[in-house]
Amino acid sequence: MIRAENISKSFAGRRVLTDISAIFEPGKTNLIIGKSGSGKTVFLKCLVGLLDVDEGEIYYDDVAFTRLDFRGKKELRQQMGMLFQGSALFDSMSVEENVRFPLDMFTNMSYQEKLDRVNFCLDRVNIVDSNRLYPSELSGGMKKRVAIARAIVLKPRFLFCDEPNSGLDPKTSIVIDELIREITVELNMTTIINTHDMNSVMENGEKIIFIEEGEKCWEGNKNEILKSDCSKLNDFVFANSLARQLKDSSK
Amino acid sequence: MFRFLSGFGSYWILLGRVFARPEKHSIYYRQTMKELVNLGLRSIGIVTIISFFMGAVITLQTAYNTENPIYPTYLIGLGARDSILLEFSSTIVALILAGKVGSNIASEIGTMRVTEQIDALELMGVNSASYIILPKVVATVVFNPFLTLISMITGITGGWVVGTAAGVITSQNYIYGIQYAFIPYYITYALIKTVVFAFIISTVSAYQGYNVEGGSLEVGRASTKAVVYSSVTLLLFNVILTQLLLS
Repeated sequence: MIRAENISKSFAGRRVLTDISAIFEPGKTNLIIGKSGSGKTVFLKCLVGLLDVDEGEIYYDDVAFTRLDFRGKKELRQQMGMLFQGSALFDSMSVEENVRFPLDMFTNMSYQEKLDRVNFCLDRVNIVDSNRLYPSELSGGMKKRVAIARAIVLKPRFLFCDEPNSGLDPKTSIVIDELIREITVELNMTTIINTHDMNSVMENGEKIIFIEEGEKCWEGNKNEILKSDCSKLNDFVFANSLARQLKDSSK
Repeated sequence: MFRFLSGFGSYWILLGRVFARPEKHSIYYRQTMKELVNLGLRSIGIVTIISFFMGAVITLQTAYNTENPIYPTYLIGLGARDSILLEFSSTIVALILAGKVGSNIASEIGTMRVTEQIDALELMGVNSASYIILPKVVATVVFNPFLTLISMITGITGGWVVGTAAGVITSQNYIYGIQYAFIPYYITYALIKTVVFAFIISTVSAYQGYNVEGGSLEVGRASTKAVVYSSVTLLLFNVILTQLLLS
């Protein structure tokens, strides 16, 4: 479980996050939604420690992550996996080397053991016969899947995904969403996904937090989101005219 | 002034992270070998070509500026040798490498920054500064002295080939000149300078790349800054080291 308490963050005097609190439960896909520039990515980066918070605390189970020193954070980070918006695969490494990298760095497994684990993870994300390919030779969807394989290779307890569907077609987006959901249940991970893709919200939203201009405006799940009275949330969810017509006709 | 001091401070903080204890020596060793090939071996060609022609030009200019019956012609060889050993092979080659290697380091690290590869390393619990920068610093500091030695040999050879072909000096006089009043310490002096310059080029360029914020435009700017700042720092240290080592 991850618990964020009263998180605030500013950049050069400009407040980006204001007093955000949330609890993210294990075995569930937790979604952070909001418009572009609402502060979702900053919040996610604060949660993983890539940005330091100005105020507030973040707890991983009962460990106060924000109070840990460099070594403590480093140890805890080995239990985290992250899927970045642009996949963030290492250009100079092949698919196999990318997925093997955390094993090379943090385990004493034999080469064969590492290879077996890499192949297992690549099979799990439906990447076959691509071990020798380089990131530049992969499609957007394949890059995301390889990045997921790399994120789960050390069997993390916490998985973070920043806009996992950005740049993907709707069908591939659904494949990635399903994959993240299945892996979350399989490994009983606490998964947090940043997204503004409503298909993803309706598929994966076991717990949803809506952020607007750096403040948490709403919290609920995919069933509650359609019935909410929060005007800011409704503006976001029913942004297009078709969605608004459907909402009006359902009343 | 504040920006300069702030940048200077963060440069030293970055160096503190770079020289932290490596997570896994075998991986750092493998990375260093890759960088030796990328930054070292792949620079041999340009260093050889430039040194050959610069050696030739230094010899011809020395010859045309000392056309006087009072001066013995072997002084052309001596002048070419000392110019190459004292300044050209260490400083000028370092400036050339600041352009080639420095921009390579800054753009590579800058691209890793803007494509979140550095964030990915940090999130895995890897000391990204050490993992990315340390192998580059070790590779340049270890290999650049060899480039300097190659430059010395090809520069002097270039002077000999072109000087004799142009008829400004005989082969015998040139070889006598490059041996005349030879001070072996000049080579030590050049190699000491090379090691310091290699450290400056790799760390200043890495600092520029590591602190890129934005996109591809900023990567290009960081690459330019890397060349400019490392060249200016290098010239400053050239003066300091010359005073310290030759006075």
